Amino acid sequence: MAIKDFPVEECILQGNAACPGCPATMALRMVFKALGKNTVMVVPACCTAVIESLYPHTSFDIPVMNIAFEAAAAGASGVEAALRMQGKKDTTVLAWAGDGGTYDIGIQALSGALERGTNFIYICYNNQIYSNTGIQRSGATPYAAWTTTTVSGKTEFRKEMGDIIQAHHIPYSAQTCVSYPDDLYRKLKKAKSIKGPKYLEIMAPCPPGWRFSMEKTVEMGRMAVETGAWALYECENDVVTFNGKSKLILEKKIERKSIEEWIKYQGRFSHLFKPKKDTKRIQTLEDHIDQLWERYRKCYL
Amino acid sequence: MKRYDVVTTISYPKTGAMGKTGSWRVFKPIFDKAKCVKCLRCWIFCPEASIRREKDGTISIDYEYCKGCGICANECKVEAITMEREGGKK
Ligand SMILES: Cc1ncc(C[n+]2csc(CCOP(=O)(O)OP(=O)(O)O)c2C)c(N)n1
Ligand code: SF4
Ligand code: SF4
Ligand code: SF4
Repeated sequence: MAIKDFPVEECILQGNAACPGCPATMALRMVFKALGKNTVMVVPACCTAVIESLYPHTSFDIPVMNIAFEAAAAGASGVEAALRMQGKKDTTVLAWAGDGGTYDIGIQALSGALERGTNFIYICYNNQIYSNTGIQRSGATPYAAWTTTTVSGKTEFRKEMGDIIQAHHIPYSAQTCVSYPDDLYRKLKKAKSIKGPKYLEIMAPCPPGWRFSMEKTVEMGRMAVETGAWALYECENDVVTFNGKSKLILEKKIERKSIEEWIKYQGRFSHLFKPKKDTKRIQTLEDHIDQLWERYRKCYL
Repeated sequence: MKRYDVVTTISYPKTGAMGKTGSWRVFKPIFDKAKCVKCLRCWIFCPEASIRREKDGTISIDYEYCKGCGICANECKVEAITMEREGGKK
């Protein structure tokens, strides 16, 4: 869809508490353009709860329920049941949580809601860290990345959340990225049109968390996709389709860029470049992405 | 605005809940209408909703809340937006 055809209505008000260049507000603007105002949102502890700003005011022009860190999907299940009892069938229930609240502490509530067939949309905005509490590692943090709890670089690889979600065989799940508004918008529209549990994950590069300059948020998302560090795909009734550049990478119509093209702009990887280039760890990252794509090709081509 | 009488804490929507965030800026986006090709990339990517769409298809910038991140300038492919240090060039 052409950008000019995106709805003009905004649900995130100006003058909120988000950092300049924040991928969460950027993504939320697009999400609400797709979902519209007839939406109730559930937000656990994460940056977004801060972005809402200070009592007695909120920067969200939409009903939001705040809930404990681990409970986004459980809270959304309750809201969905309450709306159903009131006969409000056309209201979208949206749980919106960070990767910490999704991959780690919220996974039990999420798995339960998916298994129960709850009619809601769950979105994980993935900034690959616990950013709100000061940049700690999460299950989504990539190998070798600095965080305040992995000071010399993370020693583990990131978790494949998409696979865990697919094991629930829900009607729709997808990975998208804040740098591709048309992809994000289309996937949200599709999710809204389907009944049952829907899961979306939005790659959300965070300037203070990843240590890159704030004008580069969109660029960092684009490079995550072009280097293959992140894949755009959707899974509808167990059929997986890759989208955009990720489809071209999958089909080997284009070659993915070297991971260096993405990590060299991020301070969280600077220890891989100075004082001396750590070719071993860069190669480990590169090999891991190659393995990921080989597996994608085996399963989905 | 409708107010609710329930036994929990409720916040109500307000533009500028954290004040005039335009004061956070170090660099200011400057728009050159003559160069604009009306692609609206700046509008869709502005994290603050501080790019306004104008009737003629171009844009204007709301400096009251623009935090000066520079994403609009970075994503504009024809350099119709450039960043300048606040308080004039130094
Ligand atoms: C049970 C519990 N443990 C810890 C916290 C503190 N806490 C609040 S937000 C947060 C991190 C959130 O990370 P994530 O979900 O990735 O969202 P982000 O901050 O990156 O937006 C933590 C650890 C909490 N609120 N509750
Ligand atoms: S830390 Fe990152 S995700 Fe959190 S408000 Fe700031 S830019 Fe947004
Ligand atoms: S990105 Fe540049 S060309 Fe496109 S609408 Fe904005 S100012 Fe105009
Ligand atoms: S500098 Fe950032 S906040 Fe200001 S108008 Fe541009 S994109 Fe929006």
